[in-house]
Amino acid sequence: MIDHLPVLLVVLPILGGAVPLVVSLLHERAGWAVATLTVAGQVVLAGLLAWTVETSGTVSYEVGGFAAPYGIELVVDGLSAAVALLVAVVALGVLAYARHAGPRSNSFYSLYLLLVAGLTGMSVTGDVFNLYVFLEITGLAAYGLVASGRDAKSAVAALKYLVIGTVGASLYLLGVGYLLAATGTLNMADLAGKLGSMAAYDSTLVLTAFGLMVGGLTVKVALFPLHTWQPDAYANAPDTVSAFISALVSTVSAYALARLLFSVFTAEFLAAVPVARWALLGLACVSVVAGSALAVSQSSVQRMLAYSSVSQFGLVVAGFTIGTPMAVVGASVHLLGHAVMKGGLFAATGVIERETGATTLNGYAGMGSRVPVTAGAFSVLALAMVGVPPAIGFVGKWYIVFGAVNAEIWPVVVVLLASTLLTLAYFARLVERLYFAEATIHTEERADDAPADAPADATVADGSGRAVSTGMVAVVVAAAVLAVALTATVPAFEQLLNQTLPQLITQ
Amino acid sequence: MLELLDSHYNYVAVMLLLGIGLYMLIESRNLVKKVIGMNVFQTGIFLFFITLAFRAGGSPPIIEDGGGPYVSPLPHVLILTAIVVGVSLTAVALALLIRIYTEYGTLDEDKLKQLYYD
Repeated sequence: MIDHLPVLLVVLPILGGAVPLVVSLLHERAGWAVATLTVAGQVVLAGLLAWTVETSGTVSYEVGGFAAPYGIELVVDGLSAAVALLVAVVALGVLAYARHAGPRSNSFYSLYLLLVAGLTGMSVTGDVFNLYVFLEITGLAAYGLVASGRDAKSAVAALKYLVIGTVGASLYLLGVGYLLAATGTLNMADLAGKLGSMAAYDSTLVLTAFGLMVGGLTVKVALFPLHTWQPDAYANAPDTVSAFISALVSTVSAYALARLLFSVFTAEFLAAVPVARWALLGLACVSVVAGSALAVSQSSVQRMLAYSSVSQFGLVVAGFTIGTPMAVVGASVHLLGHAVMKGGLFAATGVIERETGATTLNGYAGMGSRVPVTAGAFSVLALAMVGVPPAIGFVGKWYIVFGAVNAEIWPVVVVLLASTLLTLAYFARLVERLYFAEATIHTEERADDAPADAPADATVADGSGRAVSTGMVAVVVAAAVLAVALTATVPAFEQLLNQTLPQLITQ
Repeated sequence: MLELLDSHYNYVAVMLLLGIGLYMLIESRNLVKKVIGMNVFQTGIFLFFITLAFRAGGSPPIIEDGGGPYVSPLPHVLILTAIVVGVSLTAVALALLIRIYTEYGTLDEDKLKQLYYD
């Protein structure tokens, strides 16, 4: 069974996803239990897989026993194992949040597990077409989840997401077609060998394929100016869903982009075709600046967080494109760290909205004393995102900047350092409002059942009938703790990446 | 030019379908037409893959004595998968459209935006 780990990781959530639909014939509310059991199993499997990679190096698996270049291969190295583990852990955390926050229908949990399957599939696959299929599974599940809100606005946001996301995935598919025409293979390792020898790196066919595939994926990652679906989708989806997809969907797409850069086109391609590298680096830098600028100008906190993702993913993609081992480690660390931080921040906005009704920057004024635990965790996560040591956000940015300095790409260094300031610009404003401003929303509406000065954990602990459960607050606090504690794992992670990632650009 | 049209008309059709689809998707104010545009765009990609697999004088890939050049079955299989994906996407999109229409009573993007900001 241990040999089949990579494929079990994908099969388990798909099978689990079918169960709630069947069970709903008998039971109305079984979905959550089924999803939790499945995802708990997923965490164990992903942990085992990560441990296997850690001890015995890259794992590859031939699906159905068909040999590699012809059959579909699953390849798990240090980065993919880490992403798969992240998907499982975040999915489990968000389930703890969803227990009380809903939506509670069984079909919601089917979609949820389908999304876990799609994301895991994207992280373990070693085949470019298989990646497309998982990309679309992820997309379909995400569109459905965004639309699961009660408000019809969520349906409009989901349709926008669907149309733009489909164009992105279709462009990627078109790129796969060009690669197939150039080399006749779809296996990533095989492609890496054949590109450059069978088809010259700077041939029109290969360049077009690169442009289409990278362009398609940047839509999914939501880099500026292809990000327009993202703020609507994040702000209009139910809290549970925004926490989940903001943490994972763009993250895994960015991982797929990195996989494409390192395992398909390889560092030699980037060295041989500098224009491709500069174009991607330029796009990433524009995304960093524009994302931050848009975030500063938002009044809705959730939209601000969504634009902040645009900017942070600019950083991640820049790190991957710089391509020195240090920058790549930094980008990977920031990729994983951002998932924990952004998921936690969205979960916190959900808690604050339920507890106080505040959704805008002005509404957050003075909330630090109303919801002390959540506001404290929110501030920790916000500062971690800015990059205050010793949080994970600091380590990621530090490595990326160091990588850029080593590669002597000074304009990028400037943008990266400025991005920290810009991030501070919008988060500091929010934290300042939380603690140092007069409240604009007053406590009357809830004053009767919750004395404002009682400690929050005591008032939420009695649970039943309240807007916020202990589990929801616990998830936010856990994210804040993780955002700091993950720093300790960085050296081990760095070693793992250096052992298992393919040869990177060394300068 | 005409020669190119004659020998590569499939690719011309691909480009036309991609262009028309993308144009409908961006330009049309009607959400249903946007979804149709998305379908046309995807159809262009399907045709591209099928054209890729074509080989003059090729025979089906069933190995026999002296069978001669075989057509690669791979692109067809890929497109079969992609068609399934496309159908499910259309289904989800149509379900969303129905929900939007019952809620707002319109499928016009501009009117929807007006309703949004009122």
